[in-house]
Amino acid sequence: MTRASLVFAALLVLLVPVSLLAGRVWIDPFAGAGEGPQNAALILMELRLPRAVLAIVVGAGLGAAGAAMQGYLRNPLADPGLFGIAPMAALGAVASFWFGASLPPAMAYWSLPAFALAGAALAMALLALIAGRTASDAAGGAGGGIALFTLAGLMIASLAGALTALAITMSPSAFALSQIVMWLNGALTDRSWSEVAIAAPLTLAGVVVLALAARDLDAMTLGEDAARSLGIDPRRLLWLLVVGVGLTVGAGVAVAGIIGFVGLIVPHLVRPLTDRLPSSLMVPSALAGACLVLAADSAVRVLPLVTELRLGIALSLIGAPFFLWLLIRMRRGQL
Amino acid sequence: MRLAANGLSLRRGVVEVLHGVSAQLEPGTITAIVGPNGAGKSSLLMALAGLLPFASGDVTFAGQSIAALTSRERARALGYLPQSADIAWDVALETLIALGRMPHRDRKREPIDAAISALGLDSFRGRPVSQLSGGEKARALLARVLAGEPDWILADEPFAALDLGHQLALVEHLKDAARAGRGVVIVLHDLALAMNHAERVMVLDKGRLVADGAPESALDPVIIAEVWGVKAQWLGEAGQRALVARAGDE
Repeated sequence: MTRASLVFAALLVLLVPVSLLAGRVWIDPFAGAGEGPQNAALILMELRLPRAVLAIVVGAGLGAAGAAMQGYLRNPLADPGLFGIAPMAALGAVASFWFGASLPPAMAYWSLPAFALAGAALAMALLALIAGRTASDAAGGAGGGIALFTLAGLMIASLAGALTALAITMSPSAFALSQIVMWLNGALTDRSWSEVAIAAPLTLAGVVVLALAARDLDAMTLGEDAARSLGIDPRRLLWLLVVGVGLTVGAGVAVAGIIGFVGLIVPHLVRPLTDRLPSSLMVPSALAGACLVLAADSAVRVLPLVTELRLGIALSLIGAPFFLWLLIRMRRGQL
Repeated sequence: MRLAANGLSLRRGVVEVLHGVSAQLEPGTITAIVGPNGAGKSSLLMALAGLLPFASGDVTFAGQSIAALTSRERARALGYLPQSADIAWDVALETLIALGRMPHRDRKREPIDAAISALGLDSFRGRPVSQLSGGEKARALLARVLAGEPDWILADEPFAALDLGHQLALVEHLKDAARAGRGVVIVLHDLALAMNHAERVMVLDKGRLVADGAPESALDPVIIAEVWGVKAQWLGEAGQRALVARAGDE
């Protein structure tokens, strides 16, 4: 285990118990049976624990995806959202609010994550189509493959954003509207073990796929041509990225909604503790992402507000100033 | 081991950038590829490195088509130094050079140390690349290629951003590599560098090989006038030539 992994693994070990005890109802771990708040065991096992596990799963996926995207695009300002997978997954989820009501109750429960995953899959299919074209263009010597691909991802994101806005303005009922808006600002409130069962295996698979790309991403440090001269197959790398980011981000959006900035921030927290190669960032970024989402989710629970601050909003409130600070540092040439 | 282009033609999009280029390249020597902008120099170098697919013809390494090599075998044999010195992350010099071991899937110390010493970078090992000067960075990038112990070094304008002193120092490093038995092919803009330091010069014009041979004959003023459209004259003695050129229509 590297130094960065150890630091964030230790932090995670400290954060988990805090997160389990913190909330509107504080649980005293030293209270005897029958002394603490009513239903303490129930709160712990059915509310806090699945929520903490989900925070770890979603955060780990976003952290690893962010590290991979920054490595692939060779840019410290890259974010998993750039491929358009998260907005498409969100669009899928929004669509479920339209169609979900007409489904039988047994299916209605699964319709949101299923629609969101379908959205992510559609984005991945579009990217794969473009990736095939891009790779053959690059083979023809047109070059600029990565830039072209990134633009395509941005266009997919814009299209998904526009369609989401359309769905909001034409929403079937005021209730559906409030549900959509609530959901677009991601949160982990009232999640259960069934969400964990959806997100955990997909995220794990995604992180494994991204880990397979780690060494190739190191070669990208020298640029695409030099990476190919070192024996890297750019088409394989692109596929690993699309599938890995698609699984991690798609799973995250499917269970928690849009949670921005984690993938952008986390690699920057990790990088100074490593040799700065993308492969050294992957595992610690997953751990740091888990820490960040878990800490933020615990914080929004204990803030003395009338309604709980949405996790997605909280992270954007932290993330946007951080991004600005990053830009200022880059201008000074410190990155 | 010999590297050869046989009737190589290459397209980029709809433009044909190389027409039937053939050349047998010898290890242990420095070959310079020169020509005006857009002549196809970088394309030829990339094709020799196996990084561009060709429309027709073939590139062979040790008599075998490079298309038949796996990408790792190719990467071990042919070290490619691109023109861009852009390094995405602020890694330490030693980490950068160790990337050269990727085709071997190891981080063996000896070749990395040897490459660092060969280019006089011992005192910079732990220094972040952002804190290296242009000359140090150029040496570090060449050391990255050397660390992979390739049979061939294919370098695209390695001197472009360097001042005179660093150019000559890097030339000496490339000569050392050639003396050690490696083949060295460099794309150059500076004809005097090619004249004085290459053992063989290939002149490309509009994708065709128009001259190929010893520098004194390949860079004859008549050829320079034809290809670059300038009136040129070589001054000084062999090995220490200087070029004086005027626009051709004067």
